[in-house]
Amino acid sequence: MQTKNSGTAKKVLRKEDASLLSGRGRYADDLPAPVGTLHAHAVRSPHAHAEIVRVDAQKALAHDGVWAVITGDDVRKLSDPFLTAVKVAAPQWALAVERVRYVGEPVALVVAESRYVAEDAAELIDIEYAPLAAALDPQAACDSAAPLVHPEAKTNEVSVRAFRYGDTEAAFAKADRVIAMTTEFPRLSFTPIECYVVVAQHNPAEGSYDVLANFQGPFSIHPVMARSLRVAGPKLRLRIPPDSGGSFGIKLSVFPYVVLIALAARMTGRPVKWVEDRIEHLVAASSGPNRVTRAEAAVTKDGRILGLRLDQLEDYGAFLRAPMPGPLYRMQGSVTGAYDIANVDVKNRVVLTNKMPSSLIRGFGGPQLYLALERLVQHIAVELHLDPLDVIKRNLIPGQKFPYRTAAGALYDSGDYWRAIEIALGEGRLDELKRRREQARANGRIYGIGFAAIVEPAMSNMGYLSTVMSAQARDRAGPKNGAVSMARVNIDPLGAVTVTADVTVQGQSHETVLAQIVAKELGLAPDDIEVILELDTAKDQWSIAAGTYSSRFASGTAVAAHMAAAQMRDKLKSIGAKQLNVLPEDVELAGGKIRSRSNPDNALPFGRIAATSHWSPVMLPETMAPALSETGVWTPPELAPPTHDDRINTSFTYGFVFDMCGVEIDPATYQVRVDRYVSMHDAGRILNATIADGQIRGAFAQGVAAALYEEFSYNEEGAFLSGTFADYLVPTVSEIPEVEILHYESPSPLTPLGAKGLAEGNCMSTPACIANAIADALGVENVTLPATPRRIHAMLESGRK
Amino acid sequence: MRRVNRSERVRVALTLNGRRLAAEAEPRMLLSDFLRQSLGATGTHVGCEHGICGACTVLIDGVAQRACLTLAVQAEGRDVRTVESLAAADGALNPLQAAFRNNHALQCGFCTPGILMSFTDLLARNPHPSEGEIREVLSGHLCRCTGYANIVAAIKEAANGTAGAAPNPSP
Repeated sequence: MQTKNSGTAKKVLRKEDASLLSGRGRYADDLPAPVGTLHAHAVRSPHAHAEIVRVDAQKALAHDGVWAVITGDDVRKLSDPFLTAVKVAAPQWALAVERVRYVGEPVALVVAESRYVAEDAAELIDIEYAPLAAALDPQAACDSAAPLVHPEAKTNEVSVRAFRYGDTEAAFAKADRVIAMTTEFPRLSFTPIECYVVVAQHNPAEGSYDVLANFQGPFSIHPVMARSLRVAGPKLRLRIPPDSGGSFGIKLSVFPYVVLIALAARMTGRPVKWVEDRIEHLVAASSGPNRVTRAEAAVTKDGRILGLRLDQLEDYGAFLRAPMPGPLYRMQGSVTGAYDIANVDVKNRVVLTNKMPSSLIRGFGGPQLYLALERLVQHIAVELHLDPLDVIKRNLIPGQKFPYRTAAGALYDSGDYWRAIEIALGEGRLDELKRRREQARANGRIYGIGFAAIVEPAMSNMGYLSTVMSAQARDRAGPKNGAVSMARVNIDPLGAVTVTADVTVQGQSHETVLAQIVAKELGLAPDDIEVILELDTAKDQWSIAAGTYSSRFASGTAVAAHMAAAQMRDKLKSIGAKQLNVLPEDVELAGGKIRSRSNPDNALPFGRIAATSHWSPVMLPETMAPALSETGVWTPPELAPPTHDDRINTSFTYGFVFDMCGVEIDPATYQVRVDRYVSMHDAGRILNATIADGQIRGAFAQGVAAALYEEFSYNEEGAFLSGTFADYLVPTVSEIPEVEILHYESPSPLTPLGAKGLAEGNCMSTPACIANAIADALGVENVTLPATPRRIHAMLESGRK
Repeated sequence: MRRVNRSERVRVALTLNGRRLAAEAEPRMLLSDFLRQSLGATGTHVGCEHGICGACTVLIDGVAQRACLTLAVQAEGRDVRTVESLAAADGALNPLQAAFRNNHALQCGFCTPGILMSFTDLLARNPHPSEGEIREVLSGHLCRCTGYANIVAAIKEAANGTAGAAPNPSP
């Protein structure tokens, strides 16, 4: 069933909001710290690359209130390097050991009675460095003469894999034209307004750690932390606070600090707290990876793409932290995007440089891929003198082909891409854009139109990253695949319902949506359901897939909650049947009652029946376990491991986004202004329209930021140039244009809720769409992002030549 | 003007959300740290500590100020209001807070307290701001979740509410 959704929906009041609006949120730094807690401050490298000759902490240690100064030597004695997804001789500990590899790398940790004192003492530490040449540009770093970030690895290009899907050689042989283009996606972060927080305690009697951190998952990193601390998993209790001030992928990378602060607690014998400040966050927390992509298409003269070749060189900075190189492989199955392309060669190359390590970030590989693919499609249209929409249409996966298996192995569950595009173009939207362009150009103004058509994957196959290994290596390592989601519905002695789930809160309104899903199954109102989403690895149920990332909620945890609620509903029906003297099939849960369907007057309040398992378990129907707590465990079988020929269903559900925009460029200031922006989303069934549009608007703002404003810049020596919010330009309300959001619903046939992910799409589509519009406006081939006035000026000059 | 030695801890007394409170502070202690750590008012958040993100905005004698750019000692004897002062004692949201909830104007909620305090100030001075005036004040705050559109809608609703549905011309 496919329906068009106007995107207007009745307003929903979020469960989260009353607390957050009243200053009653419970973010990590708001929670009480244990009595006697010490405070830590990290001393960081001023060099991009240097040997650490000497660390003299004597003066700092003599300073009043200082408990310890921890260095790389201590960390090496007490912990092991972090496990990585790719075996590379590039060990990383929680502090720099012997050598620093990027500006901002933590070199020492001062632990003192207050943060103010720790920062005072940090100035007394004398560190002698012997600077080395730095490798910064990803392409230059691949050169055999380049300085080595990790000499033991003997190369900076630490992982190269080539994939062949279909017969690309034949496709290129019979093409009318080969059209190629190189794109570069910049380094950036989405800088949550709350920075990292860690509070760690160590109990030497048990050899255990208890850590509070605003970590976001995936919890596959819990074993990485435990192994580094040399303890078994249960000896590292990790607690995630009930609220977190945004994450966008970034708060995965608090994990090295979890280990560092845990070690500090062990060394001082006291609880230790560290709150990252903004300067630290910008220079060293985490960056999205920059990528250079060479894309070549074998095309017919009418724009049909017969084959595709991609060379993707991704720059992960100084270390390849788990689960990297995720962004390079997360899109592997959907590397052909929304297009029906049977033949594709992909070469994935990982390079290390002397920049801050890259890791999770909203969009996760999608922005990089689609900048290359969608710029290429626009370029094909220009080269062949075709309308870009005709090229898109000619190559789009036809509606009747769903479910559709891509060349690289993804199973696209549902969609009708051209239909969705037609709706977006309709009602005069495209005509209006063209009219505005025509009018602007007639008046001598610079105006362009861009499009982007992308597939938005959701809920990662935990085995996708094993595609980085050869099939033989995968066989040796053992199978990795699937993704488990879990949620639990509990009933208290008065029949009140609570829900817990394997997600970490960061603002995605999970409380509201889980309450809505569970309430529906139990015949209650959402306000009747309490949702408790702080997470405690010692007591909550979780798997390696737990956390909030890769848009896994709608296709994963939401389904698990639906299952748990349905299990509870069925048990309550049986219990109710006995008390109402009817058959279970005749029982329904509605309006806060459990009642006979055929005789609704025969009813008892929900709480009365729901509490039976507490007060009167002997009266339960025979063979029934008490209905106190039901856990939904969802593990979709479609998430198979990579095949021997490297085909991989990288994600579980696949949504679709089509964007169209008009931009005008000021000829005096070179400022790009987004004049009109339309974004069409097919995310399957929408669970909550208000929240869906909120997520889309947030991703859109970040997409605009990546296209026009935000970039982590380094100079030629590797000094970091984006170290404050005055240098790193996060858009304010003045910079974010209006966006018209449209929906088209192709429910996923693979989940009982039919819902797909939708919160990453515009991070993927918007940079490409705006870049295409700029290319159209300026008539240039290469558009460098972010398209700052300085760069627009350079592009204009190159276009004039 | 009172003079204090940099190494001397001083007693800072102020009115916080209508209550007289006092605690010791070093002269260099930021007001944001003083509110959160010494007075337990954790509703005020710290996002950048260099005056750009606006998350720490509080009212000092009724005027919106960055608590991260203010020293605790500067608040001596002043009337400080934070997000904790906005709702009624029974938890009922005030019209500005309610408008934020009605319009899904927050996601993670971390930047929200500062925005609420800036607009508490603006709406007190100018109950019927134009959209341009709203955007100008909001441009002093960074929000990474919402893309701002719903925040603008919320403030317009709050402004219209206080005005009894007064006309609200766009610039």
